[in-house]
Amino acid sequence: MTAPANDASKGPQDAMVDTVPSEGGVTREQRNPAVASRERRTTAMSPSGETPYLVVEDLTVQFPTADGLVSAVNGLSYSVPLGRTLSIVGESGSGKSVSSMAVMGLHDRKRTRISGSIRLGGDELVGLSENELMKVRGDAVAMVFQDPQSSLHPLYTVGNQITEAYRVHHKVSKDVAKKRALEMLDLVGIPNPIRRFKQYPHEFSGGMRQRAMIAMGLVNDPKLVIADEPTTALDVTVQAQILDLLNNLQKEFGSAIVLITHDLGVVAEMADDVLVMYAGRCVEYGTAEDVLARPRMPYTWGLLESIPTVSAANERLRPIKGLPPSLLSLPGGCSFNPRCPYADRVKGERCTTDLPDLLRVDGAGAHTSRCHLHDKASIYEAEVAPRLG
Amino acid sequence: MLYFVARRLFSALSVVLATLVVTFALFFIAPTDPAAAICGERNCTQERYNDIRENLHLDRPKVQQFAEYTAGIFAGRTFETSGVVQDCKAPCLGFSFKSNRPVTEMLASRIPVTVSLVAGYSVLVLTIGVFVGSMAAKRRGTTADRVLMSSTLVLSSIPYYIVALMISLYLTILYPILPRGGYTPLSESPGKWFAGLLTPWLVLGIYSCTQYARYSRGSMVETLSEDYIRTARAKGLSDRVVTYKHALRSGLIPVVTIFGLDIAGSLGGAIFTERIFDLPGLGNLVLSSLTTYDLPVIMGVVLVSSVILVTMNFVVDVAYSVIDPRVRLS
Repeated sequence: MTAPANDASKGPQDAMVDTVPSEGGVTREQRNPAVASRERRTTAMSPSGETPYLVVEDLTVQFPTADGLVSAVNGLSYSVPLGRTLSIVGESGSGKSVSSMAVMGLHDRKRTRISGSIRLGGDELVGLSENELMKVRGDAVAMVFQDPQSSLHPLYTVGNQITEAYRVHHKVSKDVAKKRALEMLDLVGIPNPIRRFKQYPHEFSGGMRQRAMIAMGLVNDPKLVIADEPTTALDVTVQAQILDLLNNLQKEFGSAIVLITHDLGVVAEMADDVLVMYAGRCVEYGTAEDVLARPRMPYTWGLLESIPTVSAANERLRPIKGLPPSLLSLPGGCSFNPRCPYADRVKGERCTTDLPDLLRVDGAGAHTSRCHLHDKASIYEAEVAPRLG
Repeated sequence: MLYFVARRLFSALSVVLATLVVTFALFFIAPTDPAAAICGERNCTQERYNDIRENLHLDRPKVQQFAEYTAGIFAGRTFETSGVVQDCKAPCLGFSFKSNRPVTEMLASRIPVTVSLVAGYSVLVLTIGVFVGSMAAKRRGTTADRVLMSSTLVLSSIPYYIVALMISLYLTILYPILPRGGYTPLSESPGKWFAGLLTPWLVLGIYSCTQYARYSRGSMVETLSEDYIRTARAKGLSDRVVTYKHALRSGLIPVVTIFGLDIAGSLGGAIFTERIFDLPGLGNLVLSSLTTYDLPVIMGVVLVSSVILVTMNFVVDVAYSVIDPRVRLS
């Protein structure tokens, strides 16, 4: 369970061109922030080739449970530049939410072991005390949650919640904060902000609630916004509006966005870079164009194939067979092998014995995938692409 | 909000009115004839008995008697006994059969005792009980949480009057750590008032605090796992603000509901407490009146208790709507 955790950064062909020795297994408490900040680097590149604002390296998140250690995230590395959007895609339980909660430092410290590195504008977050993290949360990094119905406090007015978020990080009077909140409500397209300010979340519609949530998240002008399935709980017609809003706000504020989703339609519309997660590991990572148009991992193929299309209305849906594995007992080798329809094309038992490294797809560029298949490109072109239509 | 309060007020008044009718019916359902009770056993002649019946208007139709009783409460009335006219002022609840004093006067001196007792109890359970429960919820699963919760379980499985008697015996008489119970009016000496009520409060309060701690813990554990608590943390709020502002407000709702239901129970508990600590409250009064069939006093106490109960429930309802804005709509 723990041995393969560092392979992403050990691999010689690693996407991050990582030269820092792995820090797997070192917990927050043991790490010295002063040492960590000396390691800060500005050379790490994202797949789209810009200097990143958020750099996550070899992130491992583990939860000790009565049944054993659950590794929810294993050796995850990615980076996002300002003004860009990274989509993290995967099934439920693949670790996409857990990893972003770790960026926010929202995990219960007593029940979580976090190792690796999370750098925000060069500053290390792993190892910070709760008080230091509190200053980052909601200020430099904000989060927009999945279900605005349950993520807004039902007993406080929307205005109260937004001003509160502003006043945590700004020592200003209530009136100044209120002015700012009204400005934000207006900015996210809520009509009649003065009236809406005094209303409770239950008096808002779903889409309006999510707008209010976004207003609350962006009130401190964060450089990084983590949006955890922001459109999942919404009406389909409202989804597009919220995505547009996020897009426009990003242009205006120039913030980096990490968009967690399982909807590849959302990915296609929003993402600059895409990271596909499976069972706590990154299995494919590259620019949106690379991953969506030239995917090189059977799991990504499966995700693309399972999207229903109108033109194929009379065909059956093609789900990925089987269920995601339990994180307590991951299958040996590649975690995806029991569900992978191409595993028998790899010689020997490599799929069940060796965990594939995250390797460059073409031996060059930043597109990486984790698969033993030799002729990924030709299998995709010959077998998968035609089925996608 | 105003409409909400008005509606609750109306339903509270109808409860009091219903209680009035039921207590009045006691006069006729009770296993004793009021006239015979006043007349006594020894010197009672048929003539005197008839006289009393006539003076109490027991010979008149029941509806008229009820009207007179009710009118007495709002406007006062006069009683005539063997040519002597007794004036009974506005909230008139009649005269005690035994002491011949106006019931209103007897109650007036005792209501503050019981109200003090119940008010102190409420403050204790809603502060210490809720606070202990919230702390346990925040530290759920730790040894401190388990010790706290199992000890409250042990304490609350011993009957209340045993706990009360033991504390009274051991802590105020054998080892006088706590002041003995007694009542001094608040207006006379706040210090003595507090000292005299401290032990009864602690006894009545701590016992219930254990239950309130358990309710609040359960409610807070649930609330702390809500999505909006995660949102509050994501804003950068401190742990303390998240727990005692965001979580506690929602966590209080079920506790306040239970508190509303529990007020009647706390009045019952007050009877025990008054007895054990010999406090001159309503509980003690009703117990002594029951043994002497002093009907007007019993009726008075029941009526006043129901008013206290209805008032407290009204306060709880309004508090409920202050905590949860969604309540006002429905």
